[in-house]
Amino acid sequence: MSTTTATAPSVQRTAVQKKTDPARARRRRRLSQWGFIAPAVVFMLLFFGYPLVRNVVMSFQDFSPSTFFDGKSPFNGTDNWSKVFHDDLFGKALWHTIVFTIGSLIGQFGIGLALAVFFTKRFPLNGFLRSLILLPWLVPMVVSGIVWRRILDQDTGVLNSFAETIGLGGATPWLTSPGMALFSVVMVNIWIGIPFNMVILYGGLQEIPKELYEASSLDGASAWRTFRSITLPLLKPVITVVLVLGFMSTVKILDLILALTDGGPADATQTLGTLTYQNSFVQLDFGAGAVVGNVLILISAVFAVFYLRANRSEGK
Amino acid sequence: MPRPRRGRRGRSTTAALTACSALVAGAALTGCGAGRDPGVFTVLNSSTDASYHGWDAATLKRCSTKLGLTIEQQSVPAAQVMQKSLRMASSKSLPDVIQFDASETPTFAEAGGLVDLRSLGLSTKDIPKGIVDFGSYKGTYYGAARTVNTLALFYNKDILKKAGLEVPTTWDEMRETSKKLTQGSQYGIALSAGGAEDGVFQFAPFMWSNGGDETNLAGPKVAAALDYWKGLIKDGSLSRSTVNWTQADVNDQFMAGNAAMMINGPWQVETLNTKKNLHWGIARIPVPSSGEKSVGPLGGAVLTVPKTGDTGRQKTAAKIIRCMSSEREQITYARNSWMVPANEKAAATWRKEVPELDALADQVATARSRTAKVGARWSSVSLALQSAFQSALTGQSSEAALKKAQTRATSGN
Repeated sequence: MSTTTATAPSVQRTAVQKKTDPARARRRRRLSQWGFIAPAVVFMLLFFGYPLVRNVVMSFQDFSPSTFFDGKSPFNGTDNWSKVFHDDLFGKALWHTIVFTIGSLIGQFGIGLALAVFFTKRFPLNGFLRSLILLPWLVPMVVSGIVWRRILDQDTGVLNSFAETIGLGGATPWLTSPGMALFSVVMVNIWIGIPFNMVILYGGLQEIPKELYEASSLDGASAWRTFRSITLPLLKPVITVVLVLGFMSTVKILDLILALTDGGPADATQTLGTLTYQNSFVQLDFGAGAVVGNVLILISAVFAVFYLRANRSEGK
Repeated sequence: MPRPRRGRRGRSTTAALTACSALVAGAALTGCGAGRDPGVFTVLNSSTDASYHGWDAATLKRCSTKLGLTIEQQSVPAAQVMQKSLRMASSKSLPDVIQFDASETPTFAEAGGLVDLRSLGLSTKDIPKGIVDFGSYKGTYYGAARTVNTLALFYNKDILKKAGLEVPTTWDEMRETSKKLTQGSQYGIALSAGGAEDGVFQFAPFMWSNGGDETNLAGPKVAAALDYWKGLIKDGSLSRSTVNWTQADVNDQFMAGNAAMMINGPWQVETLNTKKNLHWGIARIPVPSSGEKSVGPLGGAVLTVPKTGDTGRQKTAAKIIRCMSSEREQITYARNSWMVPANEKAAATWRKEVPELDALADQVATARSRTAKVGARWSSVSLALQSAFQSALTGQSSEAALKKAQTRATSGN
């Protein structure tokens, strides 16, 4: 746009030079453009950039409660890092985070996609059922956690007494056995994540031209073939977005686990998120907390790059 | 498309937007450095429950009138008092009085954030030594308690009477009684072995009464206490869900009739009394063998004066604490919250008023502070211990779990 103004006929320019000097106009326009961006830039630098850099610096510092009084936080090299990496709990938490994230994503995405495809069919009560499935999304994470903790209680929980009634045997130690707790937590998180996956994928499915399906049915393609050759490829950009966003919100899980198990029993559900919380706010060892936080940021950053890549290729 | 008056408009939007971003930045920067109002004093506490907030508001109102000041209450959830105080310390906006959970005082004191209350003229006359120690760190008295609490054995009078059983006083009796009371969906006993401070608080009386110690978690006395808990689960008298229960969950189980007895604290009484047909009694926590001392953990909050750098205000803060922890206010607070007054004389008066809580007052007399021995390291010890008893209750051997906990607690993690 600016190029057209710059190459305006010189006759005209001399005539109105005093009023609209193109160089000045351009500067002014650039200034106003920056003016629009400035609030966002200031905001980002202040609320994202600063904490991010601070967190990285903090992981190399001895940052304890007394730092808040004397402002002294001496650099201690890689002490915090080696301390965290030598802690058994870190390895455990990293492993749990991987299992939790992958398990949740597979479950949420699989069920979400199945439901999205299901709801593209026309049938009575379609809209009503669809909005019913949205409910878990409306419930705050902590509330879901508390409710599910009651449902999954070994003795008085609804789930076990239901299983017993239908003859599946009761007394499953959902949250009370270290071998089972992580699985249960993943299950609850899948329940929470289904609506998000379903809604976005459903939206994506609506965008696929109906003619393609008509054509494929004329060609005599099977349902599976249609799904594989039409639905999946055309849904790909949406799938990337859903998976990356799902990943980012799952990998840093904290509130759900605190409400369900508090990281227990016997650290069976500690994740990098709960470990950061525990280091920083229970033990008040902010340096160690920052280390775990940085690891989380690093993991998320890798996936953020994927996300940007996917978006860019979509733009082309 | 025509663009009338583009230049002028451009400039004014630029100006507006620049001003706007300056405002955003400004608001973010000035938000922290608010000055103190000379006539208004603030007390930071964790009284976020409506009832506690109300009781404190009434106390502060009486003290405001008495001292001729305006005292304001600022309440944040218990888990955030420390974080908030630290943040306020770095922005030099500390309140005049902070009410810490006593297990947190050492951390704040060690960081150099508290003023010696004796130097501000507060006396510890008539306060039992255990409770003075409770508010002290390395021999300096930093925190004045209004009331204290501990754990006790709560029992359902009707169930015990129907079964013709006495309230147990020793571990063996408790195990037998629990076994007999376990039938159908009713467990003999409920307690919290949850993965947070709740569980550690509940384990303390078993560990301490048995002669175990938090400085040596790998010792045989601690393992024996843990084995006792394991025994209760093995008998089926204690639900396996105990590892996922908070103290409030335990209370729910007891109220619902799913447990005949429970280990819990007086802060549950308000809720217990809402169920009119529940007849509960209270006893000291059973000891390993008869004649031994039942040692419970001392719980509760203490009032502290943080170092604000303004000695005049610190002196006034001490006066506020003196008023809040006066005998009369202690009794009022104890009557409301069912906790035991810290002052001996106040406690004696209170005992006459609520004889049904006598067992609790006895238990308080022998109770011990969690941080007395390990100080600011308590949070590390506590985390290691939680992990250990949860491992043991879900299958590992007590010795192995505790040995690992001891390594973890001393690695300074």
